[in-house]
Amino acid sequence: MAITDDVLVVGGGLAACTAALSAAETGARVRLLAHKKSTLRQASGLVDVLGYAGGDGPFAEPYDGLDALSDDHPYHVVGEDGIRDGLRLFDEAVGDAYQGGHTDANALVMTHGGTMKPTARYPESVAPGLASSSGDMLLVGFESLTDFDAPVAADHLAAANVPFSVRGVTVEFPKSFRSDAKVTRFAKALDRDESVSGGTVRSDLADAIAAELDGETRVGFPAMLGDDHDDEVRDELADRLGVPVFEVPTGPPSLLGLKLEDMLFDALDEAGVRISTGNPAVDFETEDGRIETVIVDQKHRMTPYEADQIVLATGGLVGKGLDSDREHITEPVFGCHVPHPEDRYDWSEPEAFGDHAFARFGVVPDDELRPTDEDGAVQFENLRAAGGVVGGADVAREKSASGVSLATGAVAGRLAGEEATQ
Amino acid sequence: MNKSPSVLVIGGGSTGTGIARDLAMRGLDVTLVEKGNLTHGTTGRMHGLLHSGGRYAVSDQASAKECIVENRVLRRIAGHCVEMTGGLFVQRPEDSDEYFEKKLAGCRECGIPAEVLSAEEAREIEPYLATDIKRAIKVPDGAVDPFRLCVSNAASAVEHGARVETHSEVTDVLVEDGEVVGVEVTHQSGTGPYVHGKPGEVEEIYADYVVNATGAWAGQIGDLAGVDVEVRPSKGVMTIMNTRQVDTVVNRCRPKGDADIIVPHETTCILGTTDEEVEDPEDYPEEGWEVDLMIETLSELVPMLEDARTIRSFWGVRPLYEPPGTGTEDPTDITREFFLLDHADRDDLPGMTSIVGGKLTTYRMMAEKISDHVCEKLDVEAECRTADEPLPGSEDFSVLRDYMEDFGLRSPIGRRSVQRLGSRADDVLNSIDPNPVVCECEAVTRAEIHDALDTAGTDLNSVRIQTRASMGNCQGAICCHRMANELAPEYDEDIVRSSLDDLYQERWKGERHAMWGEQLSQSALKHMLHATTMNRDEDPAASDDALDFAAFDDGNQSEGGSASDGSSGGAVADGGRVSTADDTGGADGDN
Repeated sequence: MAITDDVLVVGGGLAACTAALSAAETGARVRLLAHKKSTLRQASGLVDVLGYAGGDGPFAEPYDGLDALSDDHPYHVVGEDGIRDGLRLFDEAVGDAYQGGHTDANALVMTHGGTMKPTARYPESVAPGLASSSGDMLLVGFESLTDFDAPVAADHLAAANVPFSVRGVTVEFPKSFRSDAKVTRFAKALDRDESVSGGTVRSDLADAIAAELDGETRVGFPAMLGDDHDDEVRDELADRLGVPVFEVPTGPPSLLGLKLEDMLFDALDEAGVRISTGNPAVDFETEDGRIETVIVDQKHRMTPYEADQIVLATGGLVGKGLDSDREHITEPVFGCHVPHPEDRYDWSEPEAFGDHAFARFGVVPDDELRPTDEDGAVQFENLRAAGGVVGGADVAREKSASGVSLATGAVAGRLAGEEATQ
Repeated sequence: MNKSPSVLVIGGGSTGTGIARDLAMRGLDVTLVEKGNLTHGTTGRMHGLLHSGGRYAVSDQASAKECIVENRVLRRIAGHCVEMTGGLFVQRPEDSDEYFEKKLAGCRECGIPAEVLSAEEAREIEPYLATDIKRAIKVPDGAVDPFRLCVSNAASAVEHGARVETHSEVTDVLVEDGEVVGVEVTHQSGTGPYVHGKPGEVEEIYADYVVNATGAWAGQIGDLAGVDVEVRPSKGVMTIMNTRQVDTVVNRCRPKGDADIIVPHETTCILGTTDEEVEDPEDYPEEGWEVDLMIETLSELVPMLEDARTIRSFWGVRPLYEPPGTGTEDPTDITREFFLLDHADRDDLPGMTSIVGGKLTTYRMMAEKISDHVCEKLDVEAECRTADEPLPGSEDFSVLRDYMEDFGLRSPIGRRSVQRLGSRADDVLNSIDPNPVVCECEAVTRAEIHDALDTAGTDLNSVRIQTRASMGNCQGAICCHRMANELAPEYDEDIVRSSLDDLYQERWKGERHAMWGEQLSQSALKHMLHATTMNRDEDPAASDDALDFAAFDDGNQSEGGSASDGSSGGAVADGGRVSTADDTGGADGDN
């Protein structure tokens, strides 16, 4: 017998979670169908909405840049209200764990590369380190973590004329690990406050940094200050140092991204969303232009999932919501139309940071976020798309990845929920 | 005692570095100049095949015989650059029996060990060979790392007193009284290792003899000296796979043709190649159909290649040459022999010899012959020792032991490091503590990066070719900036940034040829990490426009709006702000 819900959300990342939360708000019975780990573990954990468009930026407020986006940008489908709705859902889902909701303005958050990035919401552990706030800064890196070089990052920030002085030091972590240990191992040592000769990891680390402090009023670390007990780790370090400590977002494996994923799934549980993970949607059945059933491959047992409305939020090229071969870009679950240049050499530009066509690849939504075919006709009456699988946004250059996911997720989820429950 | 005669070698490929080593070992005063990195021209752009000679056993037996001799020499003197994979010539049902027999007979005539395998036996060695293959010939082909080989030759030359200048282009050949007496060199960033931002410098280098070992560029040096060297550059594509679909060199057993070889190379396989004459060795089209041809044709031998992931493609230019008047039309018919052109005999211009043609497997033999010729010209009597004396890194194989214990490195990091460093592993890996991994795909640690930096200056592409860092599946997505970070504190942040930009762009260039399927997904991730996460494409530090920091969120929630008055007053408020974050959390929730 088929599993039946009002709304079935296919995908497990930021857009899928937002769509599920949004649909649940309408009173619909919602199921999230996530195949594998989302790309959040690769993401910084920052929530950007819009930083650059049409050659301008960084925008002090994301809404300043909307007019500069091309007409087919998903933000123009959902409008400013859609963006605000997405942020509202996000703020409610994560609560105090994120900040930035007190203002429309973007914050400038420093990155592990030493640049700054315009960002709408940021984890509370990142908040004391905003580059758009003042207070002299000491950055701390570790000999054995090559991803973040504190003196280089400090000099890089200074080169952008930040309104405070910034200095970086490299210290040895109190405990040594294997040569290929990742940040997660360092975080665990801090979580457990593992003992080392003469003390513990936290106290030894604080001592090493106290010796370096020279009047700075905040101290930054790569994002590895604990995992399960991160509040405790930060509080203890801040207490011992007498100044606030903060984290600098990093690349994969990103603890901040992983924590965000956990928070979103907790919020789904709380909202009563049913969650099925670990198996891919491999096929579907239609009737009268509607998707009736999505077939899920559960260890080679084909299981039908029925729903009145469906949201496709499987991600873009990175999340494999879009697939390709040497000739075509495809959307593998429902075969939605994805326009693209014929010659694959036109998919990318020779300049590494050029205006790559691939960055905009995705399905073409109608004004209700339903994917359309090459003639502009809606492909399936009850299918909507959200997040990276939607085309038209160059989220990397715009710094809009999270915002597009939140806004399209919120709108697609709400429309699907309303439709299913009316 | 008289000063040793001086020789200037132009070209830092296998031939040039081989000649520099040979002559330096014979006691001559050698200077080598290369306009890019070592291996910059053709050497760094080949498929990495250590020929058994089998490929030439029918068409060019002179070359085949040289190959098998040098194949054995290189295994001895360059063990840490060579992997003896073995090779197969595979016959498909549509390939002629007559050619198969000719190949077998040719190998035997040339002294190349050759054994006929049934289809079943061949597939036991390489399980992914097509099920319908007919049979195969097994030969001692291998894989050679051209980068490591070249760098080791240069290092050996330096040990014997040579001067090696990279990023140093010959901008004139100095001719006095009808004789070549030296060259004018433009150092891109002064003498010594390349450093970003260091001003260029022009130097005139006089020498008793000049050797033009610039391969496909030999005609350009000839032009500077006023002589014609008619090189016929011929391009070939090579496509790199994400993994080793085969562990043996797989050749198609049929007469010359495109896309007929797969060479396992380190963590990858390289598919090759094409043979098409081009006008300019630096400016020729690199086209998708060539990549498609590799995949489609070689899938006939190894069907899984059809859907396998490629990580990039690159093109190389062969320095083909034939004596004037030969008039061969198809470049695949031009001999792979090398030619020594003494411009005294040929053009009445003493003081310079050009070397053209040839191939990497026989680089040492070519270098020996040129060095003999130079010594004869300079009246030097000295024996060549390069066939017997191992290259740095290949001296002592007792290091291939318990690297896990010795270097505190887990396998496979330890194993990979020792394979690359050979007998230098002890010195290099124990030089830095802690010694974290910088490049995860290729298991390259900080110590190895710093070892390469000794000669690379700030040129991370030089570090790349020495260590393989950033050459793996992620194509530098995870490690490009880590490699750049290793330049600090010796170099300033702006140099770190420029070096990173150069490496990142170089990686992107070749990866573009693989942007579909899995690798497009990988490239998109790389783009997201560097543009989205790090905002490197819109780096405020690289912009001339001043940022209005006060217009942005300063995190001050108590003010309930956008930033306070900015300027100096903001600093005081902010000092208090930091600790208020937790206190106002409740209020935030009420919003």
